[in-house]
Amino acid sequence: MSDGNRKTRVSRRKLLRGGLGAAAVAALGGVAGILAPRGRTPRMVWQLDPLKCTQCGQCATKCVLTPSAVKCVHAFDVCGYCELCGGYHQPNAKNLDTAAENRLCPTNAIVRRFVDDPYYEYTIDESLCIGCAKCVKGCTSFGNGSLYLQVRHDRCMNCNECAIAKACPANAFSRVPAETPYIFKGELGRK
Amino acid sequence: MNTTPRTHTLVARAAALACACVISLGATAADRFPRPEFEGGYAYPTVANPHPASSAWTYIDTAVLLAALLVTAHLVLRRRSRAGITAMTLFSIAYFGFWRRGCVCSVGSVQNVALAICDRTYGIPFAVLGFFLLPLACALLFGRVFCAAVCPLGAVQDVVVLRPVAVPRWLAHALGMLPYVYLGIAVVMAATGALFPVCRFDPFVSFFRLNGPAGILVLGALFIVLGMFVGRPYCRFACPYGVVLGWLSRLSKWHATITPDECIQCRLCENACPFGAINKPTQAETAEPRGKELRRLVLLLAALPVLIAGGGWLGSRAGKPLSRAHPDVQLALQLDAEERGAVDRMTLQTEAFRATGTPMAAAYADARKIERQFVTGGWFIGAFVGLSLGARLIGFALRRRREDYEPDRGTCFSCGRCFSYCPRERLRRTSLTTTSGTHAPA
Repeated sequence: MSDGNRKTRVSRRKLLRGGLGAAAVAALGGVAGILAPRGRTPRMVWQLDPLKCTQCGQCATKCVLTPSAVKCVHAFDVCGYCELCGGYHQPNAKNLDTAAENRLCPTNAIVRRFVDDPYYEYTIDESLCIGCAKCVKGCTSFGNGSLYLQVRHDRCMNCNECAIAKACPANAFSRVPAETPYIFKGELGRK
Repeated sequence: MNTTPRTHTLVARAAALACACVISLGATAADRFPRPEFEGGYAYPTVANPHPASSAWTYIDTAVLLAALLVTAHLVLRRRSRAGITAMTLFSIAYFGFWRRGCVCSVGSVQNVALAICDRTYGIPFAVLGFFLLPLACALLFGRVFCAAVCPLGAVQDVVVLRPVAVPRWLAHALGMLPYVYLGIAVVMAATGALFPVCRFDPFVSFFRLNGPAGILVLGALFIVLGMFVGRPYCRFACPYGVVLGWLSRLSKWHATITPDECIQCRLCENACPFGAINKPTQAETAEPRGKELRRLVLLLAALPVLIAGGGWLGSRAGKPLSRAHPDVQLALQLDAEERGAVDRMTLQTEAFRATGTPMAAAYADARKIERQFVTGGWFIGAFVGLSLGARLIGFALRRRREDYEPDRGTCFSCGRCFSYCPRERLRRTSLTTTSGTHAPA
């Protein structure tokens, strides 16, 4: 192989490299150019719509976190403060007290407090709640529906793709603007 | 009978509850019990509704990413400092890994970009676009500096390389095709809205969160243990983003070199790379006659369309099974099985679907549409893998004259381990310490 031949060979390779490099720059620029105008300006976070929720219980199991970032929250201004609470007591509870065999919550995350005859206040201990929706199902079926599930944003990792959203049978999950990250029941939460 | 007013109310409430049970069969709006009017000034308990972390973080992350890329490029190309690169590695594990919990990451951003291109309604966050583009742009300029010390997934594997064994070249090349398959599947899965497999099966994100599904934690542990003996197994044999980085790194303007100035063929760096990314000089005596080489090249070029078409056909056959990953297809299959009486119990999904009252035909049509998308996507995956395989084989067949020991631009992570093996580098460092105050030669 002559020297001159080798020289043209090198320059051919250089030309190829230069061309591919320019194509790569164009491709990157193209992706940026196409997608940047469609960019999402308000930051979005995951949330579930309590009106669509069917209380299937998968929020407790499908979240990448253990315990789940979905917790039960209570709309106190919707609650009837019943002594017989569909969200607190087993459907066949013998006594309407705080005994473990009468309670619905598997982790004792609902705190029952006597307020005023005959009213009882139910508050959620979020550090215990696992988001299993047993109480939500009871309250929605037999009560005012004041107990409902929400993604709690002090825990949620805001995954690229929410594992619960993919599994949710009711398609209750969606992204909402980070400025209004909750879908409240009642008026109390909105204040 | 001595009944207190309280028990009266209890009985009344129990009766109301019984009624409510009956009503609730039809009722959805729930306002069954009146709000109590408390005497004695009862105030509702306050519930804190914590806000998500400030969106400023996404901009901070992007800025930190850019800064980390530039610092790493400086450490690799200018300072040639393995210690500096290790420090950056630890920083990335701490910041992108444990502090930012491994999300958002460039590896997964491929899926967001694929979805955003195919689905016009999906708005891609700017931070994700930045995480996708910045490492690629840097790869085009400086080589894979992102892999060197910025990617938290790579960083975790880089610090556990204890006793790396040399993977046989043929095996490394064969396993090196896996990322192409993974990239193809991830793009199709994301674009059809089935799932984001790279995020779902990310082995290290659960480790960064110290929390996650048991299977993924076990997978992460397996990769870490394997990574002690096989250098960076995820990066080399799985990472879909590494495929794109490898392409661009081959074209990079600058790239890490083993020697700071000239190669003296001392062979000391021959086994320096735990990732098998050092190319040896070609030996003139073992070269085959040119005619034989040329014939092989022509044969491979002719085989390329066959590989693409064959891969595409295989991929399209795999499209239908792959489409089962889509929840809508799963729903339709389950509905069909229930209608045929093949299963005796409804799933949560079918129960919820039946409750909506949507006609079955709609679910079936939706599933068929997704199946068709997957068959098309399967063609794409197969043709892409076929093309990549063909290009790789042609790459082997091309005669390439190499006089020096050089890093393979496609697979080199620019980790800088080989620097200290080079006697020229040692000379450079001694000259640096004796003539202190002067800067490293460029």
